[in-house]
Amino acid sequence: MYIPQMQIQDLNVWYNGEQALKNISANIPPCEITAVIGPSGCGKTTLLRCLNRLLEEGEGIQISGRVWLDGIDIYDRSVDVTEIRTRVGMLAPKPYPLPMSIYENVAYGRRIHGLNKVLNKGNGRNLDHYVERFLKAAGLWEEVKDRLWSPASRLSTGQQQRLCLARALAVEPEVLLCDEPTSALDPISAQGIEEQLKSLKQKTSIVLVTHLLRQACRLADHVIFLWMGELVEAGPACEVLNDPKDYRTRAYLAGDIG
Amino acid sequence: MKIKPKAEESFFRILCFTSTAFVLGILGVILATVVWRGLPALNFAMLTQIPKGGYYLGQEGGILNAIVGSLYLAGGATLMAFVVGLPIAIYLQLYQPKTRLAELVRLVLDVLWGVPSIVYGAFGFIILLWLGVRASLLGGIIALAFLELPIMVRGMDEAISLVPPALKETSFALGATKFETAFKVLVRQTFPGILTAVLLAFGRGIGDAAAVLFTAGYTDRLPSSLFRPVASLPLAVFFQLNTPYPAVQDRAYAAALVLTLIILIISLISRRLTGRLSSQIVR
Amino acid sequence: MATEVVNKNPAFVFQKKRRDKNLFAKKIMGSLTLAVLLLAPVIVVVLLIRAWPILTSKPIVELIFSKAWHPMKEAFGFYPFIIGTLWVTGLAMIIAIPPSLFTAIFLAEYAPTMARSLVKSFIDILAGIPSVVFGIWGVIVIVPFVRDYLAPILDRWLGFLPLFQNNNPTGYGLLAGGLVLAVMVFPIIISLADEVITAVPRGLREASLTLGATRWQMIRSVVFRYGRSGVIAAIMLGFSRAFGETMAVMMVIGNVPLIPRSIFDPAYPLTALIANNYGEMMSIPLYDSALMVGALILLVIVLIFNLISRIALVQMIRRD
Repeated sequence: MYIPQMQIQDLNVWYNGEQALKNISANIPPCEITAVIGPSGCGKTTLLRCLNRLLEEGEGIQISGRVWLDGIDIYDRSVDVTEIRTRVGMLAPKPYPLPMSIYENVAYGRRIHGLNKVLNKGNGRNLDHYVERFLKAAGLWEEVKDRLWSPASRLSTGQQQRLCLARALAVEPEVLLCDEPTSALDPISAQGIEEQLKSLKQKTSIVLVTHLLRQACRLADHVIFLWMGELVEAGPACEVLNDPKDYRTRAYLAGDIG
Repeated sequence: MKIKPKAEESFFRILCFTSTAFVLGILGVILATVVWRGLPALNFAMLTQIPKGGYYLGQEGGILNAIVGSLYLAGGATLMAFVVGLPIAIYLQLYQPKTRLAELVRLVLDVLWGVPSIVYGAFGFIILLWLGVRASLLGGIIALAFLELPIMVRGMDEAISLVPPALKETSFALGATKFETAFKVLVRQTFPGILTAVLLAFGRGIGDAAAVLFTAGYTDRLPSSLFRPVASLPLAVFFQLNTPYPAVQDRAYAAALVLTLIILIISLISRRLTGRLSSQIVR
Repeated sequence: MATEVVNKNPAFVFQKKRRDKNLFAKKIMGSLTLAVLLLAPVIVVVLLIRAWPILTSKPIVELIFSKAWHPMKEAFGFYPFIIGTLWVTGLAMIIAIPPSLFTAIFLAEYAPTMARSLVKSFIDILAGIPSVVFGIWGVIVIVPFVRDYLAPILDRWLGFLPLFQNNNPTGYGLLAGGLVLAVMVFPIIISLADEVITAVPRGLREASLTLGATRWQMIRSVVFRYGRSGVIAAIMLGFSRAFGETMAVMMVIGNVPLIPRSIFDPAYPLTALIANNYGEMMSIPLYDSALMVGALILLVIVLIFNLISRIALVQMIRRD
């Protein structure tokens, strides 16, 4: 047994009155890759965006339920949402570099939270060191170390996605949410991202939404299967993927649906 | 007699084309007129001297008073409208994107866009009276700022609306507040669009006569203080056109040409900035 | 269950400052935005306050319908000016609407993409030209044109109608004003009508064309019907623009406070009245109030027209 990094309890979400997630309860184990799979429209992305409270930035959204991160309910009124987002980071399907240089993109999160100056996470080392460290963690350092100050928009799509990974890692989150992170990438860049994720899980819990079953098989330690807004099955990857208990899981894995 | 569809089609197609050519032709005639009368009057003295002997009667000197005055007036007004307008545009786009309040505010701004500039002039004049200030540079700046505000806000509003929502989300996902996202991400991303809105507002302000008529006065001197009257290019044209002295008339033509050139340059720059052609000027 | 933090912790202070900055900014931005809503009513009220003395001392009927304008004798009849404004604006619209609509149709339906962007940018340039420049063009080109060509010709052919009788040898008059205003109004009608026509859904258009209709037939049956309210709104906005125009029309219309009988007669629009007399208005009692009444009339009419048109346009574009 493990102490879960995040716990989801009775989570319900409505979009303008229509229910998108129904009574989801699940655990996210620490330092593992948890894949959230299911046919399109089943609520995978919705669930993901509840974990860093990004969902509520939209209009017409209603959320009920609790999400615990290390024992704190992130939906509690007294919690500062910007702080939660430094502990739960996100990687989007398409890379969106901020309109700044490569260096400033990676440094953005650390700067606005004053991580180097104030919170003593700096340990006396300056920002350059951190930018280098996280670009290396994302596997991008070698390619950009000579042009850190050129605009991030000049990178290729694959490089941009790795930049977004470095940027998300730079605030040292405990959990990294990945929403179909390779869907916009060519196979080689996609493989690069997958490699990075595998090495990251030693220190960071990863929640990966994907519609590519093969990707889930390659990466997942833990699997959550959603169907039409409900959590159908969850458990260790080898169990859910090889010997599913629910007929719907079986049908999805066999390619009959979705 | 039933008109054959094909003939009707050709007729109307030609009609529409001719109509367009006509409108463009008129533009050409206007520009040609301004250049034809203004170019001969344009010389170094005209651009670098103020009128000598008074702007109605003085036969010597130039329109420097009006050029500098207009730049100060429109510059000050544009700055004022920018400082007030950017927060409004950001608020509309970031905090209230699709609410009824935002729709209402946009409607009000569009309605205000159409208010005649003489009304802004009269309004500004009354305010100045109450404040005990005479017609002055400051008065003109305030009146023009009101005039420019709707253009400025709507222009910036549209520029910011083109930002993909995912970019804002990216900033939020990194834990930034809305304020930080607004000024570190949005403004940088939409800088060309914002600059275009500023230029457009400036162009509107510098060309306006009716609003400054009441509020800025006129003088043949260069602007020396915020509280004294100031000359402007549009009024330089208006006041100096109908005189029997050709030298004074020349100043009017020169002022018209300089004004038109400024507007054309602004059009050119804003077109290059946005890259694509949108009719943001006309609403 | 909130995290307990010591108040003096620099991290806490930093985060609190961030939150406070965010909240403060939101409040300022919000107040400015709300202030915009108040702007139109405030302008109306301010003008009303200044206009109050004359509104209370003279009956409204007299102000609007009296033809006597003698400020020294405290006679303020706005009738000639209201009529003058209506005449010149109406004339301008009659002249402007056909070319504007046909140009808009050209842009929306017939023009190839490159031509369309090019023409639109020229229209934008036309829109940006200051009113005094239109005025100067009016004085140099239009007034002589009316005086030497249009007036004699129309008087000869249509002079049996009082509308076309030429009793004014100067050329400064309604027609000159109408022509200049019409050109100023072109860009508004063209660009808005173009937007409206382009907003007609492609599916509707294609349905008509696939049935074998010619382009013009399709325009007539589909576009005109679907976009009618939008085009009317565009015209109303053009009207409103012409109604409020001051400088350009003032320079060519003659500024004589008589009721015009023919299009060649001079007139004196409301805007010109205010602009020409602001210098003296403080020295004669009630004069400034009277001019503010004029401004108020302008404002109210323009606000009403603009509000109706803008709402109609928003609804039209929202339909898709």
